[in-house]
Amino acid sequence: MAALTVARRELAGYFATPVAYVFIVIFLMMAGALTFTLGNFFSRGQADLMPFFSFVPWLFLFLVPALTMRLWAEERRLGTIELLLTLPLAQWQAVLGKFLAAWVFCAIALLLTFPLVLTVNYLGRPDNGVILSGYVGCLFVAGAYLAIGAALSALTKNQVIAFVLAVAVCFLFAAAGSPVVTEFLSQRVPLLADIARALSLTERFNGFTRGVIALRDLVFFASFMGFWLFVNAVVLDHRKAD
Amino acid sequence: MAALIEIERLTKRFGAFTAVDDVSFTVDRGEVVGFLGPNGAGKSTTMKMLAGFVTPTSGTARIVGHDVVDAPVALKRVLGYLPEGAPTYPEMTVTGFLNFAARVRGYRGGEAAGRVAQAMALTQLEGVRLQPIETLSKGFKRRVGLAQALLHDPPVLVLDEPTDGLDPNQKHEVRSLIRRMAPDKAIVISTHILEEVDAVCTRAVIIAAGRVLADATPQGLVKPGRNLEQVFRELTLPQQGAA
Repeated sequence: MAALTVARRELAGYFATPVAYVFIVIFLMMAGALTFTLGNFFSRGQADLMPFFSFVPWLFLFLVPALTMRLWAEERRLGTIELLLTLPLAQWQAVLGKFLAAWVFCAIALLLTFPLVLTVNYLGRPDNGVILSGYVGCLFVAGAYLAIGAALSALTKNQVIAFVLAVAVCFLFAAAGSPVVTEFLSQRVPLLADIARALSLTERFNGFTRGVIALRDLVFFASFMGFWLFVNAVVLDHRKAD
Repeated sequence: MAALIEIERLTKRFGAFTAVDDVSFTVDRGEVVGFLGPNGAGKSTTMKMLAGFVTPTSGTARIVGHDVVDAPVALKRVLGYLPEGAPTYPEMTVTGFLNFAARVRGYRGGEAAGRVAQAMALTQLEGVRLQPIETLSKGFKRRVGLAQALLHDPPVLVLDEPTDGLDPNQKHEVRSLIRRMAPDKAIVISTHILEEVDAVCTRAVIIAAGRVLADATPQGLVKPGRNLEQVFRELTLPQQGAA
């Protein structure tokens, strides 16, 4: 319950500052622009959201760290971290609350792309089940990036460092399954190639965009987020007072 | 009955630097302890450890019997803590902020509203209840922090410089508030304003370079022909030279 209270306060905080509006506007503009230009939304002649889904993980790669970089760094700057962590809640509740707020925020941003869904439904007869599972995949990718970014934000007081580190680590997990990386690795260390593919967020995400919600992918994302949230709690415990 | 606050051989080292060195004292119900010392003496670090924010290197502290290392959440439930500088979320309104604190403390609905109203009445915040905290003056911000600490009517209050940045009238208000609450609470306030000790404290603990140098009533500290300031200088200056 305390985690939800923290999440509510946090979420309200997003909308009390320009952060929320800038994030949402930029996300929607870029998602729209990329889908219709680079994604060849019209000339493909297919009623689906494949072009949109293929850009979302790369958009989130930069936008999500921008959201998470201030998560703990800002609390440190204001000194409110001392207030938050001397309220009667366990540290994992504070960690979870902040994560949930950011995740709900990403979900709101994703929901606001609904005109794309209306457009394909107007133009043709898309498989809305596939679209729904694609959105679920987007949400999990956002969650995975958020968990990484939040943990790295607890590591440093400096927001720029938090941002750069988060982009780098997210990129690592996003690119792990790309052919360039796996081919390079399989020629040298085949075992590492398998590991890279198994840890790749994009690889998992592609399943969702094809309309497949597999249990093992759900388990993967859940444990991935759980791992990084755990890291977050540990880092926070060690560095909260620095 | 055990004291409400028990600090036992509390020590905090940052690398080679010892910020708090083997500090022990207890505070009973009805006592207001003035925690005195020059800047950097370890007052805030001690209070941060007492509130469960900084993990002690060794030693421990208990509030109403709850150990800060073993039962931090239970300890935080019975503690009202005003951190140094009274940090608050600037974009929130006074009511919004206090509601948040009330909800985290498990109050809901009418009870939460009652607690918030009471805390605002005690700290005279009603006039600014819907203002964002960032638009408030320093004195008001400090009182918002204080209201947050008083909200759940805790048996123990730990206030890090509660009157810092307040004007003389507001200082007077806060001091009389502390005096009013004193009989049924154990209160620790840190300060470097010596007249504050005379005004509200039943006991003074003087600390410098992390060590407790004196622990007595303000009257007990003052030797014949000397005021508190002279005693304070006498005690703490050699320590600063050594540090």
